[in-house]
Amino acid sequence: MSNIKQAILERILVLDGAMGTMLQRYKFTEEDFRGERFKDYPIPLQGNNDLLSITQPEAIKSIHAKYFEAGADIVETNTFSGTTIAMADYQMEDLVYELNYQSAKLAKEVADEFSLKEPQKPRFVAGSMGPTNRTASMSPDVNDPGYRAVTFEDLRSAYKQQVEALLDGGVDVLLVETVFDTLNAKAALFAIEEVKEERNIDIPIMLSGTITDASGRTLSGQTAEAFLISVSHIPLLSIGFNCALGANLLQPHLEAVANKTDFAISAHPNAGLPNAFGEYDETPEEMGEQIEAYLKKNLVNIVGGCCGTTPEHIKVIANIAAKYKPRKFGYVPDQRSENSNPSL
Amino acid sequence: MKLSGLEPLVINENSNFINIGERTNVAGSRMFLRLIKEEKFDEALDIARHQVDGGAQIIDVNFDDGLIDGKAAMIKFLNLIAAEPDICRVPIMIDSSKWEIIEAGLQVVQGKGVVNSISLKEGEDKFIWEAKQIKRYGAAVIVMAFDEIGQADNYRRRIEIAKRSYDILVNKVEFPSEDIIFDLNVFPVATGMEEHRRNALDFIEATKWVRENLPNVSVSGGVSNVSFSFRGNNVVREAMHSVFLYHAIQAGMNMGIVNPALLEVYDDIPKDLLEHVEDVILDRRDDATERLLEFAETVKGVSKEKTVDLSWREGSLQERITHALVKGIDAFIIEDVEAARLQAEKPIEVIEGHLMIGMNVVGDLFGAGKMFLPQVVKSARVMKKAVAYLNPYIEAEKSDKQEPVGKILMATVKGDVHDIGKNIVSVVLACNNYEIVDLGVMVPPEKIIETAIRERVDAIGLSGLITPSLDEMVYLAKEMQRLNFELPLLIGGATTSKAHTAVKIDTQYNNAVVHVNDASRAVTVVGDLLNKRTAHEYVVKLKADYEDFRTKFLKRGKEKSYISIEEARQKKYTIDWETSPIVKPKELGVQVLKQLSLKNLLPYIDWSPFFRSWDLHGKFPEILDDKIVGEQATHLYEDAQQMIREIVAKQLLKPKAVFGLFEANTINEDDISVMKKGKEVAVFRTLRQQLKKREGIPNLALADFIAPKETGRTDYIGAFCVGIFGAQELAETFKEKHDDYNAIMAQAIADRFAEAFAEYLHKQIRTKHWGYAAGEDLTNDDLIKESYKGIRPAPGYPACPDHLEKETIWSLLEVEQLIGVKLTESLAMWPAAAVSGYYFAHPEAKYFGLGKITDDQVANYAQRKGIAKEKARKWLHPNIASQ
Repeated sequence: MSNIKQAILERILVLDGAMGTMLQRYKFTEEDFRGERFKDYPIPLQGNNDLLSITQPEAIKSIHAKYFEAGADIVETNTFSGTTIAMADYQMEDLVYELNYQSAKLAKEVADEFSLKEPQKPRFVAGSMGPTNRTASMSPDVNDPGYRAVTFEDLRSAYKQQVEALLDGGVDVLLVETVFDTLNAKAALFAIEEVKEERNIDIPIMLSGTITDASGRTLSGQTAEAFLISVSHIPLLSIGFNCALGANLLQPHLEAVANKTDFAISAHPNAGLPNAFGEYDETPEEMGEQIEAYLKKNLVNIVGGCCGTTPEHIKVIANIAAKYKPRKFGYVPDQRSENSNPSL
Repeated sequence: MKLSGLEPLVINENSNFINIGERTNVAGSRMFLRLIKEEKFDEALDIARHQVDGGAQIIDVNFDDGLIDGKAAMIKFLNLIAAEPDICRVPIMIDSSKWEIIEAGLQVVQGKGVVNSISLKEGEDKFIWEAKQIKRYGAAVIVMAFDEIGQADNYRRRIEIAKRSYDILVNKVEFPSEDIIFDLNVFPVATGMEEHRRNALDFIEATKWVRENLPNVSVSGGVSNVSFSFRGNNVVREAMHSVFLYHAIQAGMNMGIVNPALLEVYDDIPKDLLEHVEDVILDRRDDATERLLEFAETVKGVSKEKTVDLSWREGSLQERITHALVKGIDAFIIEDVEAARLQAEKPIEVIEGHLMIGMNVVGDLFGAGKMFLPQVVKSARVMKKAVAYLNPYIEAEKSDKQEPVGKILMATVKGDVHDIGKNIVSVVLACNNYEIVDLGVMVPPEKIIETAIRERVDAIGLSGLITPSLDEMVYLAKEMQRLNFELPLLIGGATTSKAHTAVKIDTQYNNAVVHVNDASRAVTVVGDLLNKRTAHEYVVKLKADYEDFRTKFLKRGKEKSYISIEEARQKKYTIDWETSPIVKPKELGVQVLKQLSLKNLLPYIDWSPFFRSWDLHGKFPEILDDKIVGEQATHLYEDAQQMIREIVAKQLLKPKAVFGLFEANTINEDDISVMKKGKEVAVFRTLRQQLKKREGIPNLALADFIAPKETGRTDYIGAFCVGIFGAQELAETFKEKHDDYNAIMAQAIADRFAEAFAEYLHKQIRTKHWGYAAGEDLTNDDLIKESYKGIRPAPGYPACPDHLEKETIWSLLEVEQLIGVKLTESLAMWPAAAVSGYYFAHPEAKYFGLGKITDDQVANYAQRKGIAKEKARKWLHPNIASQ
């Protein structure tokens, strides 16, 4: 049994912040992205952040380390786009296993170093599984609402490949995140269940949706509660929301699910809303104040950051989180008995 | 059990019976089967929508038919449903006997649905495998009481199979018990076969056992099976369904497929029928079936009908006809008119005699204020129906036709599309035995003139709602004068006034011009005008009255003084743009709304104007209890509610909207530059008040509410158009049936929906798309009182009376291309039930009236807009101060 299930009962776990924001600081050029190995690759590779796990592994490790130093309990692998579907843009479908495996391995190495230094605070690696760039329950063609650019089966097999590589690389937990279409997420969960059964293992799953506007609905139209119901058939470690909004705007959506589920609750919001230049300029202190509002309401078990957040943000969040007790979960009377709780 | 579509459906001990819609099942609906076979998926979607609108909380979708590719149809239909938020808000029940089709369905549904069904029919292995897959896809499941031996058809077999299925699912598959639904097989009773006698009772008892012994599960079933033997006798079937449900629900059945149209209220079942039905359902007597069969013969065909007081049917023929006309009851009028025709020497006598006697009573009551407009229109409906019935007989006689008292031409003028008021006046006049020549809407003046001559009419009535129509009326008056007409001219419609009629129209025409502001006055005015004895005197008096009114009005007008446009700009309304908040819209750009359900608009309806359009004055809801008009208002309101239910259920009206939010800055004092990413895409021209005001009172223009370019701050503006489609078609279907009452009702309701839509959309803009008032919490009353922040002024209305600005909105939002609302030559919107305007978000933005402006602004405006000064004068004409 992975001990993240123990840790989440004891304290509020802190997830890391943005990978992309940190990578921007390196100002990597096309050559840097290519490295030696892909120097003759036929198409431009700049912007393929996941590839940096292979071509710039030290940078990736250093970012993970900075987040652990800032106080994070969990870092996410650099694999947000690590599926054959998302990698098709770079014609790198064949590289998917290696990308995920290497990314998991890098992160795990850094995590192990920190766990060794501070055994009282074990560190974890979450295998990041992004939503891909296609949507299974909406048509990209306004004139043909019945059309789909991707099927459940396409998604299931792509995610399955990602899950296997992440597990082989040593992740402690899988994080299906930034879910804008619940059907995509259900395909990811289906794939995870298949691998779990085939390998006869248990691996905790975190699931995080994204709500893009004040309507309180996902991009594919579901309310927060409908989203929760649609994914609750799988025993999750946590459910929550990330991205799209700053911490304060995310709060009502968290509240909408928190008292309706036995799962732990996670939140990793953006550093506010982007300004006129598309930049996130909420300071660590400003964000910390809003996160503290969650904790005062005893709303979450896992907090972290998404777009625009940095180790400075995570440091503030970790300091605040340390002052509060985790939200109790899984003990909803007269619904399920304690020992049948799926997340324990 | 928790299910979901776009919205959650949580079923627990406190839930009421869950109704599953079955019309999207090829086995349950012949129409659906035909549509799928013909690949008419759009129409098939409408069936799904009707189900959901009609109250189905889950929809069952089934394509099991030999001639359909079930898998392909399932995928296509569910994908299409996913694009219809109105439908896919509810969970989907994926119904098939083929696993391949079920799995295809599970792969395209994002919510948590229900699989219908699996069973032990083909053994445990298959059952376990399928259940495991369903669990992994995330759906609830219906388990049929069916095993390797066959379908459970008695109590013992039902509970035995249920228990075994439950144990396998919960223990071996670890299927959540709350996601299990048992279908315990509803079989017909009263078949005449001895072994079917306990079919209903066994189901009910097995349901009770299952709910008591298998924790957390649900029980479902198809209710209509139980009454299969009584096909053709809906009275008995309805009673059987409700008796069966009554007992099954008490036993724990908590969901099922029930056709709500085939259901009687348990308490409303007549005692004797109830007893016979319960005997059968509960198997209480050996001869229960025979007794019910016998009894069924006596109730056959007497379909559900509300008991109404029919004692008036016992009166004399004339009393019955008068009653029907006064009460507006058309159910027996043909029968009665036929009786009258057989008694009369000539069919025409029925109209001149019986019907006119009745209508005179209506006229007297109306004149005495004891009947109200909606009732009169209903009376007219009955009258029309009677006349339509008699006409062929009258034609056949070819004798002298009935002589109407007069012939009136009615038209809505060129460029205008609004005709509710005109239709009401037409009906009221028709009731009073005037012959109406109704030319409809957007009638060019030449056609009015030509028809008036050809038809030898006795008067012309013109109607219009938008300001350009006023000029059309003036033009027509001039033409009538030029051609030496002597006919009286009646002027009506929301934009007309006695002042305008007196000053602008009356002066153009030497004969009678009358402003008629309500339908009840139309009858007396026309009566006076056409009465050969007194007409001359009446017209002379009328002319003098208008002359007098004109003089007084013009004098009053001269007392006001105006300042120059430059001076007015000096006195503009100033907002402190240094500190003033500007909220950036969450969603910039143009968006279209076509999928909205009318139901969402219901809470936003402002009813008071609806009553006004029927000449019932007062504020809603107080008007319903008003001492004088309360009763009529209540009837009218009930009729409106009924029509709204029908409109909503059948989607007879279609709301569509387009709106856009843009960057904007005020430039050159009075213009608003509209931008996308800093690039100008349109300019709104606003008009400024020029009335001389007290010191310190600003001269407003809408441009004052947007930050000027010089401030260096980017501000924002919005524009929108909402339209309700289908009202015209709906009204036509009523008119064809001689039902003007409902035709007018349909248009009035469409107008209310358009206004409600504008209100709804404004709220969405404030709280969501723009989001500057995200936390607002206003009741509909607050909305009617305009207590919200920010405004939505409409071109053609007081703050911005220039209709030409609609053209700018139309090109900016591509209104016609995107949603199909058109502009007529007078810039009225078509369909008529439409609203367009701007959005201003600044908290200090407020509604105001422009008032009169002077020539200097007109010239300046024309120059800014790049149009000829004459064109500007023409459009701004009602707002230009006469100097």
